[in-house]
Amino acid sequence: MKLKLILPFLLFIVLVGFLGKGLFLNPREVPSPLIGKPAPTFTASVLGDASQTFSTDDMKGKVWMLNMWASWCAACRIEHPLLVEMLKHDIPLYGLAYKDNTADALAVLQTMGNPYIITADDADGTIGIDYGVYGVPETYIIDKAGIIRYKQIGPITPKGLRETILPLLEELEA
Amino acid sequence: MMMIRNCILTLLLVFSTLSFAADNPADPTIEARLKILSTELRCLVCQNSTLADSDASLAQDLRNEIRKLMKEGKTDKEIVAYLVARYGDFVTFRPPVNASTALLWFGPFIMLLIGAITLVVVLKKRSAAFAAEEKSPE
Repeated sequence: MKLKLILPFLLFIVLVGFLGKGLFLNPREVPSPLIGKPAPTFTASVLGDASQTFSTDDMKGKVWMLNMWASWCAACRIEHPLLVEMLKHDIPLYGLAYKDNTADALAVLQTMGNPYIITADDADGTIGIDYGVYGVPETYIIDKAGIIRYKQIGPITPKGLRETILPLLEELEA
Repeated sequence: MMMIRNCILTLLLVFSTLSFAADNPADPTIEARLKILSTELRCLVCQNSTLADSDASLAQDLRNEIRKLMKEGKTDKEIVAYLVARYGDFVTFRPPVNASTALLWFGPFIMLLIGAITLVVVLKKRSAAFAAEEKSPE
């Protein structure tokens, strides 16, 4: 009899638990279906030097990071100093200028520092569509077999770098 | 009053055409198909808008991409599969029925069933108690 009385209350507590958890989820973070799948291949011209190209084929057998960014993206500016600092860790970071104007993108690299080994140019955003980009910055970690192992949506944080990205890179490199 | 109404109507008209204004024009059959298909797809930038309504630059790109795929002779199903492969099930407003969405699809019916069973059990108990009370003289 007693259980009958408190059962609705218990159900209510469970419901509050679910709703409370929902409040702390980020609806902007849509899990990528590409994780565990081969990274889409592309060949693009190098930002600021149209005579050179960057191709995903060049990256075969290497662990690398692809950071999608743009000069018009405010969150990318927030992330940028951390990327520059990552140079210290010797991380194979490649950039993709997403829907950007070449001169503006180059100006950012000049004033804020260039953290990328190569920056590929995706002026019309088609490479972005293949990677399921919906809001820059987005960063992918791709393993030696060319499989996407991790996707960071939004700016990389110092904590995320320390606790997730660096350990994963180390594991993949091994 | 009339003037305000006219102003609002004019504004609505202006904005209603805005979202397709920056797109590339194409032939009318493709436009008609795109109009129907894009109301079924979510814009990932402003998540509660459809791809048809959104003015985000990504939505424009995706509409142009869909036009391109339609010109290549792709069916609506193939186009949705193309987008789901890149952006996940979230791009469709009607989630597919699979293991992770089963609770979403069937949960309400399970709740309804539990409610109905509870109702029947409670009513039966009550009528049994009532019948027993009737039988036993005071």
